[in-house]
Amino acid sequence: MEKKKLNKTTKSNLITYGMVLAAYLIVQGMIAGNLLSNLMQGLLVPLCVYIILALSLNLTVGILGELSLGHAGFMCIGAFTSAAFTKATMDTFTNAGLRFFVALIIGAVCAGIFGFLIGIPVLRLKGDYLAIVTLAFGEIIKNIINVLYVGIDSNGIHFSMKDQMSLGMEPGGKMLISGAMGITGTPRQSTFTIGVVLILVTLFVVLNLINSRDGRAIMAIRDNRIAAESIGIDITKYKLKAFAISAALAGIGGVLYAHNLATLTALPKNFGYNMSIMFLVFVVLGGIGNMRGSIIAAVILNLLPELLRGLSDYRMLFYAIVLIVMMLINWAPKAIEMRERLFSKFKKKEA
Amino acid sequence: MALLEVNHLNISFGGLHAVDDFHVSIEKGQLYGLIGPNGAGKTTIFNLLTGVYKPDEGIINLDGQDITGKSTIDINKAGIARTFQNIRLFHQMSVLDNVKAGLHNHDKYSLFTSIVHTPKYFKVEKTMNEEAMKLLKVFDLDKEADILASNLPYGKQRKLEIARALATKPKLLLLDEPAAGMNPNETEELMDTIRFVRDNFDMTILLIEHDMKLVSGICEELTVLNFGHVLRQGKTSDVLHDPEVIKAYLGE
Amino acid sequence: MSSFISYLISGISLGSVYAIIALGYTMVYGIAKMLNFAHGDVIMVGSYVVYVAVSGMGLNPILAILLSIIICTLMGVVIEGVAYRPLRNAASPLAVLITAIGVSYLLQNVALLIWGADTKSFSNVISLPSLKLAGGSIVITGVTIVTIIGGILIMAGLMLFISKTKTGQAMLAVSEDKGAAQLMGINVNKTISITFAIGSGLAAIAGVLLCSAYPSLTPYTGAMPGIKAFVAAVFGGIGSIPGAFIGGVVLGILEIFGKAYISSQMADAIVFGVLIVVLVVKPTGILGKNIQEKV
Repeated sequence: MEKKKLNKTTKSNLITYGMVLAAYLIVQGMIAGNLLSNLMQGLLVPLCVYIILALSLNLTVGILGELSLGHAGFMCIGAFTSAAFTKATMDTFTNAGLRFFVALIIGAVCAGIFGFLIGIPVLRLKGDYLAIVTLAFGEIIKNIINVLYVGIDSNGIHFSMKDQMSLGMEPGGKMLISGAMGITGTPRQSTFTIGVVLILVTLFVVLNLINSRDGRAIMAIRDNRIAAESIGIDITKYKLKAFAISAALAGIGGVLYAHNLATLTALPKNFGYNMSIMFLVFVVLGGIGNMRGSIIAAVILNLLPELLRGLSDYRMLFYAIVLIVMMLINWAPKAIEMRERLFSKFKKKEA
Repeated sequence: MALLEVNHLNISFGGLHAVDDFHVSIEKGQLYGLIGPNGAGKTTIFNLLTGVYKPDEGIINLDGQDITGKSTIDINKAGIARTFQNIRLFHQMSVLDNVKAGLHNHDKYSLFTSIVHTPKYFKVEKTMNEEAMKLLKVFDLDKEADILASNLPYGKQRKLEIARALATKPKLLLLDEPAAGMNPNETEELMDTIRFVRDNFDMTILLIEHDMKLVSGICEELTVLNFGHVLRQGKTSDVLHDPEVIKAYLGE
Repeated sequence: MSSFISYLISGISLGSVYAIIALGYTMVYGIAKMLNFAHGDVIMVGSYVVYVAVSGMGLNPILAILLSIIICTLMGVVIEGVAYRPLRNAASPLAVLITAIGVSYLLQNVALLIWGADTKSFSNVISLPSLKLAGGSIVITGVTIVTIIGGILIMAGLMLFISKTKTGQAMLAVSEDKGAAQLMGINVNKTISITFAIGSGLAAIAGVLLCSAYPSLTPYTGAMPGIKAFVAAVFGGIGSIPGAFIGGVVLGILEIFGKAYISSQMADAIVFGVLIVVLVVKPTGILGKNIQEKV
C-alpha cells in the first residue's frame, strides 16, 4: 500500500520533470533547425522566468494557502541585488560561470530574507492582510529602487537616496544602481539552458518540499489552522518557512531576468502589480496547488498572444476573465455540486 | 497522583461565567466522561485544557507538570491531544498524510532534508509510514490511506481524527462528541475502538458525549456539568441515577 | 508657515476622498467579510460616466453625478451577485479574493477598450468659489470645501443609517453571524446586496470628488486610491465607520506631507510603510475590535 502511494507521487513528479526536459529538447531542436524566429527565441528566457515565478507563487497560494500580490517585488529584489553584485565584480571576478552562480545565491538569499521579514508581522494575521501587505511591499521596493543610488570605489560601497553627486565617490568609482536609470551594462549571461535548469531546480525544491515533513506541516496549516495547532505544529514558524522559500524562488526568477537585460530598471512594467497578477493568472489557470498546471498555463498564456497577434490587445482582458471564470468553476459550491452530479452520471453510464 | 488534576478553573466571556470553579481528577488509564446539557461549558473546558483559551483562574496539572496557560502547541507536546466536535481534518491531504502530520514532533528531520531528500529522509519517512499505517489499521482505515480525507464517509472521518490525535503520542486523549452523527451500529463499533485504544495504547481518555448508551457503556466515571459548574461527580451508575442530574437533563 | 497650512488643507482634502472610499471598503469588509479589490475601479467607472455625460453629452453636472451614482450602485449589485455571491461559502477563503482581483482587472480593461489609454482631462464639475484666508496667502478651493463637508456628512449619515434603520440593524446582525441572522429571518443575500449598493454609490461620489481635485482620468485612476483607501480602513480599524474616516484623513495628510517634505517619489512608500507599521503594532487598527475564531 505505502509502496504504491510513494510510486504514485514519484511517478507524477517524474512526468513533470520529463515534460520540462522534453519541451527543452524540442525547442533546442527547433533552434538547430532554424524553425524559431529570433523574436520567439528572445521570448524563451522570459518564459523561463515566468514559469519559475508561477511555481514560486503556487507554493504560497496552493501549498501555504495565502495570497501574495507582491511576488514581482521579491523578483525585483533578486534582480537588483544579483545584478548589482555582477556589475561590481565584473572586472575582478573573471570566472563568469562561478560569478553567475554566486549572483544567483545572493539574489535568492536576499529575496528570501525579505520574504522572512515581511512575513513576520503579516503571517501572524489571518485573511486578506498578506495580500494587501505584499502588494504594498512590491510598491515600496519599486519606489525605493527608483530613488536609490549605489556606487562603489576604493573606499567601499556608497548609498544615497538623493542623487549621484551626493554619493561623494572618488573619480574612477563605479555606479552600481543609478536611481530610476537602474543598472546598466551587466553582461547578458542568462540563456535558455540556464533558464530550464533553474526551472528544474525550482520544481525540485517545491515538489520535494510538498512531500516532506515540513510540507505536510505547511499544508496542515492551510487546511485547518486550529487542528494543526492541536497536533503541535508551530503555525508561524512553518508559514514563515514556506513564505521565505517562495520569496527566495521568486528571487531566482529575478536573477535570471536581470541577467537577460542590458539595462535593468524598476519600472512598473517590469516589476509592478500587473506582473504579480500575471503570475497569479498562471497559478489559477493551471490549478491552485498544481505545479505541472502552472508550467503549462505559463507556456500557453505566453505563446498564445504571440501566435495570434490580433489577440494581444485583449490579453489583459483575457487574464481577468480567466481569474473570474476559473474561480467560479472550481470553487463555487454550486458548481462543484453540479460537476459531481455530472461525473456520477458518467460513471453510471460506463458501468 | 492523578494523571490530570484540575482545580478552581474559571473563565468568563463578557458577563457570562462560562466555566465556574471546575475541578476534576482523572487517574491514569481511566475512561472518563464529561456530560451535561447543551451550553453547559463542556467544549469550553476542552478549549481550556488544550490552551485554546487561557483560564482566568485555576490550575491544570498533567502528570505532575503544571500546564496552566501554556500554548496549544506546548500542551500537545506535554501530552494532551484532542478531537473536535465539528470535525477538523486536513481535508485536502491524504488519509495517510493526516496521520503523518500527527507524527510531526516525533519523527523529525531538518528543512534541508525536506528540500533535498537525503537518505535520512527516506529512512524517517519509512518509519513514519509504518507507524501511520499501524494506526490506520487500528481504525480500519488502512485501505483508504491514499484517498483524500474529505472523501471519507462521515463515520470514518471521526475515526481518522482520533488516529491523528493518537499519532502525537499523548498521555491524555480528549474526544469531543465522538459519536455525533453516527448510527447505532457505528456507535457500537466506536465504543469497541475506544476501549481498544485505552487498553492497547495505555491511554487515559476524557470524552464529551450526549449519547447515553455510549457514556453508560464505556465511561467509568463521570462529571456532570450544568451552567458551567460541576453538578455531580463520581461512578457512572451513581451519577446517572442521581435525581438532580436527571432533573438537569429533563428539566422540571 | 502658510505653506504648511496649505499642505495640511490639501492633505485633509485628499484624505477626505480616501475617507469616502474607505467608508465603502470598510462597510463591505465589515458586513460581507470580503476585501472588494474592485472597489477602486468602480470609482474609475463612475468618473468616466460623469466625464462622458458632461463633456460628451453636455448633461447638467448634477444630473451627471446622479447618473453616475445610479450606474455604480447597479454595477456593485451585479458584481456581488454574479461574481462574489456564488463563492461566499467556498472552501478556500482565497477564492473570492482572487475573483475580486479578476473583477478589478476586468473593469480596468473594459474601460481601456471603451475609452482608450489616453488621459482624459476631467472638467471640474464643482463650481464653487475658492475661500481666501490670511490675506490671500492661503486658498481653499471649492472642491476642497465640498470634499471635506461631504466626507463628514457621509460618515454621519452612514452611522445614523446603521444605528437607526431596520436595514442597518440587519447589516450589523449579518456582520456578527450570517447563520444566526438568517435564522432570525434576515435576508442575508439582500442585506449584502444593499451593502454593495451603498458602497458602490459612495464610490461614484468619491470618483467625482477625486477627479475634480486631480483632473486626469485613465482606466487606472481608481486602482491606487482604492488600495490606499484600504490601507486607511485598516489603519482606522477595518469594519469601523469613524475609523475609516479618521484613517482616510490621516493617510491623506501623511501622503501630502511626505510628498512635500520628504520625497515625491517616496510618498506611496511612506503610505504603505504606515500600513506595515500599523499591522505590527496594532493589527486591529485604532478603532477596530478583536475577533476570535470559534473552536
